[in-house]
Amino acid sequence: MKWIGAALLAALLLLLPSFAGDFYINLASQILIAAIFALSLNLLVGYGGMTSLGHASYLGVAAYISALLTSRYGLGHGPAAIISIAGTTAMAALFGVIALRATGLGFLMITLALSQVLWGLAYRMSGVTNGDNGVAGLTRPMPFGISLDSAASFYWFALLVTTIAFLMMAIFVSSSFGSSLKGVRDQPRRMAALGFNPWMIRWITFVYAGFWGGVSGLLYVYYNKYIHPTSLSTTSSAEALLGVIAGGSGTLGGPVVGAALVLLLKNYASAYVERWNMLLGLVFLFIVLVLPAGIVPGLGKFLRRGSR
Amino acid sequence: MQFWIIQGLNSLSLGGLLFLLSSGFSLIFGLMRLANLTHGAFFMLGTYFGATALRSYTGLNIWVTALGAGIAVAAIGGLFERLVLTRLKTNPLGQVLVTLGMSFIISDACLMLWGGDSIPVPTPQNLQSPTRVLGFVFPTYRLVLVGCAIGAAIVLYFLLERTRLGAMIRAGVDDRQMARAVGIPVSNLFTVVFCLGAGIAGAGGVLGGPILSAYPGLDGDMLPLALIVVILGGIGSLLGAFVGSFIIGFIYTFGTALFPELAYIILFLPMIFVIAFRPQGLFGRVGT
Repeated sequence: MKWIGAALLAALLLLLPSFAGDFYINLASQILIAAIFALSLNLLVGYGGMTSLGHASYLGVAAYISALLTSRYGLGHGPAAIISIAGTTAMAALFGVIALRATGLGFLMITLALSQVLWGLAYRMSGVTNGDNGVAGLTRPMPFGISLDSAASFYWFALLVTTIAFLMMAIFVSSSFGSSLKGVRDQPRRMAALGFNPWMIRWITFVYAGFWGGVSGLLYVYYNKYIHPTSLSTTSSAEALLGVIAGGSGTLGGPVVGAALVLLLKNYASAYVERWNMLLGLVFLFIVLVLPAGIVPGLGKFLRRGSR
Repeated sequence: MQFWIIQGLNSLSLGGLLFLLSSGFSLIFGLMRLANLTHGAFFMLGTYFGATALRSYTGLNIWVTALGAGIAVAAIGGLFERLVLTRLKTNPLGQVLVTLGMSFIISDACLMLWGGDSIPVPTPQNLQSPTRVLGFVFPTYRLVLVGCAIGAAIVLYFLLERTRLGAMIRAGVDDRQMARAVGIPVSNLFTVVFCLGAGIAGAGGVLGGPILSAYPGLDGDMLPLALIVVILGGIGSLLGAFVGSFIIGFIYTFGTALFPELAYIILFLPMIFVIAFRPQGLFGRVGT
């Protein structure tokens, strides 16, 4: 039953461009990008118990590095992508050393402060980042000479990357390292007494999450062909966190569902109401007060109860 | 020379404003173990209230306005604490998320009500003429603002160290469960401290108005500064918030004046040092 469902879903995802219009294909690409981003944040929030409010840093920095290298310094997409992912991962390694001095709320405040610093830099260092105007006029890469300019081809590219990302993160959390990560989340002292190094386990997870955050940032900038400081803002981090928590943190499917919901809500709501931020805030309040475990675990519980 | 003195005074006045913002933040954090991300929005709300009141009634006293706006913001904060935060007592992460959601709601409501243009707040007329000391010219309002912050610090110090309420708050900061066990109504204390913190931030917003003016995004500019002050000074410590505010006031003002593009990075250096060598902050009572 489970396998049939998975096969149907895979077929649906693969064949989507053959029956959907460009608008929906593009929407699906955006959802895939948001899903990678939410999944990477979920490694920290759900599996590591480290609630970060600065995850947009990795998306934004990877996007900015790639955008600046390709547009200003005329680098090809291949080397630019490698440098941007390597740079973002290195930044995650550094930020991890700083932020993991604290846990819990201290960690949250430090990640928030660090991401605000980057946001401020993107805004103020207009000589480098072009400030409030953002970096425009970017191109999409052509892997193996295949153009990604059409909606369908970009969708398939994003789907491929998302599948790899999903599998890599699924392997990560179900590996023995993933188990020790969950152990550190629930019982850090016991894990330390058992000879594990909680700090190292958290740090490795932090860097890994930063890496996938960077990957989603690359896709983001390829898709939009434009990057603006708002991608680094707290709102951007908060949207992803809302997706993770709304969908169900600490599950693999939850963040994907949550990210899709936030994105759809944002797309449809902004067509009718001007006040997306207020709606975002209200959804935050609603989810935390009414559905604290998230939609996917909540639905799972509901279905199990029904089948009994 | 004039540059250094004027920038020094600007640093002091920004430090004073930061103290009004972060003292409440630090107390709330220390007592409730809650990073109140709405605090920047409370400050901004105060500034908008002040701007509206002072612009529509010329001759209105800024101190009365600050008091009124402080009470109004405290009431909003109190409602939020009673209606939302108390429901999430067992869910500290949820509490932080709803304060974040609330800050989005407030800042978007401000954008809706007051529009996207920045609204200047008039400086009180009797404080507009500059003061001359030793041949240097000082903007009087900024001097008064520093005095105000010091006054607020003294009042808060006496409130915390010399009154029964203060003793209860200190007991709650140091050991919440023990405080509850000896019969201190910690839940009511939460509401009092939350209102107090929100109120000081709101009043600080009014007083900061003539310098900063009210604009959308003020909350996002002030909140990280408060976070850095509290990380630097130590959570739950009034002295830490005081010293931290003036340190950050100086670093931010001189950073912006001397290296405008790098101000944010310079701001962030002391934070790294403190986190690396003294994670509990300079005067912290509680580890993060």
